[in-house]
This record gives sequence, C-alpha cells and structure tokens, in this order.
Amino acid sequence: MGTFHHGKGDLHGITVVVDTSGSIVYVGRCDTITPQGVILLDADVHDASAPGAQGAPVSKEAYLKRAAAWGVFKRHDRVVVPHADVASVRPLGELAS
Amino acid sequence: MPYDPILVQPMRDELTRLGVEELLDADAVDAFVKRPGTKLIVVNSVCGCAAGMARPAVTLALRHAVRPDHVASVFAGQDLEATAKARSWFPDVPPSSPSIFLVKDQELVAFVPRHRIENRDAASIAFDLVEAFDAHCAA
Repeated sequence: MGTFHHGKGDLHGITVVVDTSGSIVYVGRCDTITPQGVILLDADVHDASAPGAQGAPVSKEAYLKRAAAWGVFKRHDRVVVPHADVASVRPLGELAS
Repeated sequence: MPYDPILVQPMRDELTRLGVEELLDADAVDAFVKRPGTKLIVVNSVCGCAAGMARPAVTLALRHAVRPDHVASVFAGQDLEATAKARSWFPDVPPSSPSIFLVKDQELVAFVPRHRIENRDAASIAFDLVEAFDAHCAA
C-alpha cells in the first residue's frame, strides 16, 4: 500500500541526474518534464567550477560518485532546468549500480 | 503534514508483523542505536517505492539465515521526532526516505538510499541487504 501519481511521465518520483554541457549538474527528484524544462524537487545543484567546501573545485565525477553512494542534501525545494541547458537526464540509481 | 494514522497503519503493520520494532520517539531511537550488536533501521515512508520495493525487500532479506541482531523502523513524515533523531546519528548521510541503515554498534556499515530503491525490484534490493548482512552480521 502506498501513494502513486499518474500522468507525470516515466521519471516522476525518480531521483535523477540532469547534466549540462557546462560545469553545472543537478540532482533531484524528477517531478515532470514540461515545455519549460525538467522540474526537479528537493534538488541539489553542483558547480564544478566553483570552490568546494575544502576550497578546491570538485569535479562532476567526484560529486556524482558521492551522490550515487549516499544521495544529496536538498538545497532547493524546486528547480526548473531549461531544456536548452539539458545535456542528459538519467536516474541516479544507474550510477550506483 | 502527516497522513491520517488510519491510512498509514497498514504500512506500519507490514513491518511490525515481521517483528520489526517501531521507534516512535527520540529516546527510543537513542536506546535502540546504543544497543550492542548489529541493527537494521528502516526509514519507512508512504511513497510508492516503499510499498512496492522497500518493505517487500526487507521482508525478503529478513528470511536470510544471517540477519542483524535487532531490526527497527522509523516512519518519515509521520514520526517526525524519531526520524530526525535517527538521521542525527549519521549527519553526513543526506535525508532519504525510504532508506535502510545497517549499523554495527554505533557505526554505519551499509546504507541503501532511496535512489537505490527506486526503479528496482524487491529481490534486487533484498540481495544487496543480504550481502550486507553476510559481510557485517555473521558471528
């Protein structure tokens, strides 16, 4: 027994990685994909060109390796990633397997 | 906002009928985590992946001959204090529900986050749990 939501697409409710062609990568729970873009809930945004907690930038690969093992801390309730920025969308769970 | 307790009760029962202890407040969580030995903590949830995958996976895994000394659950979104306390023991782990912690004494030795539950079948998740039981719970 649980809750289900219909009509929001195959990735609805799935934690996904939305990669861009630039230094930004998003991880969050996919709500839906609309004409405006990919809508993520409870999302984190990582900028591989910005200084990390230890000072040095953290690569996308290193960030996603940790995300795949542990998940991410939510920094935004809702994020819309415009289609023009999206290079790929894939389930985070695929990186962990 | 928590769901109606009547609606949630079957989701609790699915685990308690296996002998899983329900931890309903912070003191119960602390006492559980401080027990010696190996402990499985299931972060239960009303979501579909808890219903379709997480709880059935725990059911399957607990049939394995090697299993944790103690098994308990907290219910995310329902038992807020207990869930927050359970997460506070492992502050480097992002909140995730459903999710499953395997703890040896007070050290986290294995973790199945929500994204390792989504889109998988219960048997695959149970296999991961059984591997962790064999690695950490064998006498």
